[in-house]
Amino acid sequence: MAVATGKSFASRFGVHIAVFIFVAIWTIPTLGILVSSLRDKDQIIASGWWNSFASSTQTEAGRLPPASAQVEKDGKFVLEGNIFGEDAARDISAFGVKSAAPTQYPAGTTADLGDGETLQLNADGSFVMTSTKPFEGMRGQRVYYASSAPPKFTTDNYNTVLFSEGIGRSFINSLTVTIPATVIPILIAAFAAYALAWMRFPGRALLIAVIIGLLVVPLQMSLIPLLKLYNGVGSFFGVPSKTYLGIWLAHTGFGLPFAIYLLRSYIAGLPREIMESARIDGASDFEIFVKIVLPLSFPVLASFAIFQFLWVWNDLLVAMVFLGTEGDQIVLTAKLNALLGSRGGDWEILTTSAFITIVVPLIVFFSLQRYFVRGLLAGSVKGG
Amino acid sequence: MAAQIFSAITVIIVGVGGCVAYFWGANKLVDIIFPSRGVAGAAAIDNLRRQGMIRPWLFVGPAMIILTIYLIYPVVETLRLSFLDRGGANFVGFANYEWALGDREFRTSILNNIIWLAVVPAACTFLGLIIAVLTDKIWWGTIAKSLIFLPLAISFVGASVIWKFIYEYRGAGQTQIGLLNAIIQYFGGQPQVWISLPFWNNFFLMIILIWIQTGFAMVILSSALRGIPEETLEAAVIDGANPFQIFWKIMVPQIWGTIAVVWTTITILVLKVFDIVLTMTNGQWNSQVLANLMFDWMFRGGGDFGRGATIAIIIMIAVIPIMVWNIRQANKETGGH
Repeated sequence: MAVATGKSFASRFGVHIAVFIFVAIWTIPTLGILVSSLRDKDQIIASGWWNSFASSTQTEAGRLPPASAQVEKDGKFVLEGNIFGEDAARDISAFGVKSAAPTQYPAGTTADLGDGETLQLNADGSFVMTSTKPFEGMRGQRVYYASSAPPKFTTDNYNTVLFSEGIGRSFINSLTVTIPATVIPILIAAFAAYALAWMRFPGRALLIAVIIGLLVVPLQMSLIPLLKLYNGVGSFFGVPSKTYLGIWLAHTGFGLPFAIYLLRSYIAGLPREIMESARIDGASDFEIFVKIVLPLSFPVLASFAIFQFLWVWNDLLVAMVFLGTEGDQIVLTAKLNALLGSRGGDWEILTTSAFITIVVPLIVFFSLQRYFVRGLLAGSVKGG
Repeated sequence: MAAQIFSAITVIIVGVGGCVAYFWGANKLVDIIFPSRGVAGAAAIDNLRRQGMIRPWLFVGPAMIILTIYLIYPVVETLRLSFLDRGGANFVGFANYEWALGDREFRTSILNNIIWLAVVPAACTFLGLIIAVLTDKIWWGTIAKSLIFLPLAISFVGASVIWKFIYEYRGAGQTQIGLLNAIIQYFGGQPQVWISLPFWNNFFLMIILIWIQTGFAMVILSSALRGIPEETLEAAVIDGANPFQIFWKIMVPQIWGTIAVVWTTITILVLKVFDIVLTMTNGQWNSQVLANLMFDWMFRGGGDFGRGATIAIIIMIAVIPIMVWNIRQANKETGGH
């Protein structure tokens, strides 16, 4: 690939730009939820996340104190104070008293409200309202103002989501489902793969063909019969039909064809001489497998483990059917789906939850990318 | 929660321990029943032969049992259920298939699935190929590939949230917090509710899958491109071919087999696409697809297993040509071995 298809500076520059655009399109969406998950929840809805490092302007409404707080000064009735109360002051840019014109007057100016009333609202939130007549009524004057808040980053969203929205619990559930469902198939598949690669027995070719066929059987084919089977077993033995054991076995079953296929093609490629010299030395198949094949197959076992881990962790369908969508067994993906329904507009909850669900796969992916790519190449280039 | 973690750890130990115990124990048992050492010559040979007959089945046995329960039996059972009524009690012939042909929602799903099949594999393969070629030419190509590859690790549900945030809609004139509408509004356009826009909403869902799968196509094709002999490219350059001719006439034909593999792999994935539709629209606004429709019928009104099974069979029928092709390819490769 050393051929210089782009000879001129311009075309080489073009390649850099093109790749940069692709990278931007592929990373910006994820960046969006990461940044949003760290923003203050009021700011998320006030401005786009790409503006999160600038101050955000939002129009809010407040109420001045009621008439009982007035004092008489120089023959005028005056209400004074700060609209933010004791809170840290924000920057007010404009204010108004009608909801139709919430930013009618610039901050710091004195607005003539008619009827002898004036209102001055300063940038720091302090206000002076005067009137020639005494103020009346239980409720104070309604005031609208546009304030700009400095960018505020917080981990509050993570606290909320992990401990009161149930994502923390779901995180544990996902781990509970994923780890056994990753570990159990490995050994079962490895033995089968060795037998299919190096042992001669009638029906071997047929078995290999069946496994390659099963590779592409849609999961949908298995759902209804297994659901019926699980319900049947559950009611026969009087145990719940939605259990962790059930989903571990289901994921094992669904992962096995790929596991056997991947492992077989690797194990079949191990050098014949090693196997044969071991056999001449009197080693049995079992010894050859345990002492020679397993250690040599470590890279492919790691590849499969990563695949299975990502697939189980990211799975929604199997979890929804075999573990349910309610109760305390709900996994992260199903929980996130439920939150999309119940907390549809609460982006601080959704972005934070989404980031928590993808952070584990991202870590696994970045730390073990080498094995992942190797498995991907072995698993698909050779026919699958 | 502690109990749950404890039980998960127990399962790992029991599961792995059980597997080891089975394989080791079964192997030992064969050695004891048919001893090959310490017996007379003829008997030893006899026993060795018997061992050779039994041992492979001990090795493949557990895998075969699990595959039978979780994949082979369900395929047969689903086929049977598709000819039964909703509860699976009475034979109804082809009634479920007739229902499917007449059902408006089913026809929408088939149509949408066809559009998905036409767009997504092609887009992923094309984009993957272009990115693979471009990143090979620059010094930071590996980093670029890594970043484009990254969405492959993200769950479909997570990706749906990510993109739903991009498609987020606020009324015209308001501050848009969705990136797409913000861009549209910045250039003076009208913000849209993208995921309920008739017909086009399908494409906004497809973008999510393309975003995820392009990295897959890129990695596979990139490795195939590396396998192209240098001489063919050099010869083309000497003959005065321009970059486009080199790409289309020299590179693409040489990796045709890999392109087919990538294409079929993504095709199968598209047929099963479920999570994205469920989380983005749940099939509303004419965006239904077969896999989601099937899931819907599994639980709708207490569940109609007959219709659910019928939809599963139709997905299966679409997969069969690829299955046959795969088995043939594999037989060709392992024919001699």
